[in-house]
Amino acid sequence: MRHQSKQALVMMSEPVKLIGCFGSPVVHRAELALRLKGVPYELITEDLNNKSEMLLKHNPVHQKVPVLLHGDRPAICESLVIVEYVDEAFDGPPLMPADPLARAAVRFWASFMDKECRESMWMALWTDGEEQAGAISAAKANLTLIEGQLPEGKRFFGGDTIGFLDIAVSWIAHWMEIFEEIAGVRLLTEEGHPTLYRWAREYTANQTVRLCLPDRDRLLAALAPSREIFVSIAKTMSTQKQYSVCWICNI
Amino acid sequence: MAGGGSNEVKLLGFWPSPYVLRARLALSLKGISYEYIEEDLESKSELLLTSNPVQKAVPVLIHDGKPVCESSIILQYIDEILAGVGPSLLPEDPHDRAMARFWASYINEKLVKALNQTWGGKTEEEKAEGMKQAADAVETLEGALKDCSKGKPFFGGESIGYVDIMLGGLLAWADVREVVKGVKTFDPAKTPLLAMWSDNFGTLDAVKAVMPNIGKLVDYAMVMQPHGAAAAAAAAAAAVAATN
Repeated sequence: MRHQSKQALVMMSEPVKLIGCFGSPVVHRAELALRLKGVPYELITEDLNNKSEMLLKHNPVHQKVPVLLHGDRPAICESLVIVEYVDEAFDGPPLMPADPLARAAVRFWASFMDKECRESMWMALWTDGEEQAGAISAAKANLTLIEGQLPEGKRFFGGDTIGFLDIAVSWIAHWMEIFEEIAGVRLLTEEGHPTLYRWAREYTANQTVRLCLPDRDRLLAALAPSREIFVSIAKTMSTQKQYSVCWICNI
Repeated sequence: MAGGGSNEVKLLGFWPSPYVLRARLALSLKGISYEYIEEDLESKSELLLTSNPVQKAVPVLIHDGKPVCESSIILQYIDEILAGVGPSLLPEDPHDRAMARFWASYINEKLVKALNQTWGGKTEEEKAEGMKQAADAVETLEGALKDCSKGKPFFGGESIGYVDIMLGGLLAWADVREVVKGVKTFDPAKTPLLAMWSDNFGTLDAVKAVMPNIGKLVDYAMVMQPHGAAAAAAAAAAAVAATN
């Protein structure tokens, strides 16, 4: 135990930098993890239209944010990889559950959020006609599945405190409503998903979350002009869907 | 497996699947005995539909009646349940673990998607694009192997780990690709470290025990290719015409 705290002190003493950009839901995941663990960090804000040398150097593979720099260690990329790293490298309340089965479950639902759920919501927002009708049904069904993961009578997916899955699905709590407004489509309603709706309010009201949640109005103003881009992304997703499930077999 | 309970392990699988192979490699490496249940994906079992209602896909690991889905998640689960038994799949150090998770994710997001496109692309252009992206991804992974292995044979170092299995699950199909399309996924001329890695990986007993039969997999690939049957018939007809 002594050795562990000594190592923890060393970890904490090395400076942490997070490369991010305004408004990004995945940067939010990384920031929140750091804040929940009580890790001081320097936030470096990128303009993704004009990527810095620093970003290109530290994430040559994807050239995306967030990127975590901890001391002199090589950069860590991918938001959920960063969240698990922060959870393991630093002391503080655990973000992942302890039980292996529970860990497998939160990883599954986080992956579901980033693949099936995100895709269905995007299609529901930005396609039209029959395709959209189908996508809206699918998106709502996916929200129901996620809602089902909220433990009975608890405020968060993590139970009494915010955990890994809350962080992973945080897009639903804050960004979704903004995109809904731009698209003119409602997916998450109190009537349709009362528990999830309540969770969203709990999440965005949380003091620690608020410290790294982008301002709603500023986000709306930043995103609204890109409507056409969102529509074309949905079109690409539509055609690429055919390879996303391996033709050979499922997953 | 450690702990109480019946410790009964089942794996729902489909023999051609590279993702199922990943799960089998991990179980083999850790020396876990389990019941393997082959699924007919055209007619999915009740057990599969109830164990993975969201995706209705394999592999599914069922441990004491509780399902775990998705190959990357199954691998981590096996590693955590069996911490201390057999070689660790994920490294000890949190930073090394993060790197392993990053590369596992990269393999799925970039390489697997590109390879799927080379097989399933609707046009020759799409297939060619898949080929190019696959080649780029393999080149990137060559660099990753160099960084992660630190001179040892595997991503995991001396013994195979999480990333090795995530990539190794694709090796059977890489062999099929070479036979059917004449393309080496891990070409010694372009990515020498990965070429050596794939040879080393293939010689391990734990790997040989679960690798599917390549000839059988080639037959499967030929049947599944959209124009495979038509092309085979045309070739047969041409052969008959030539001998007449």
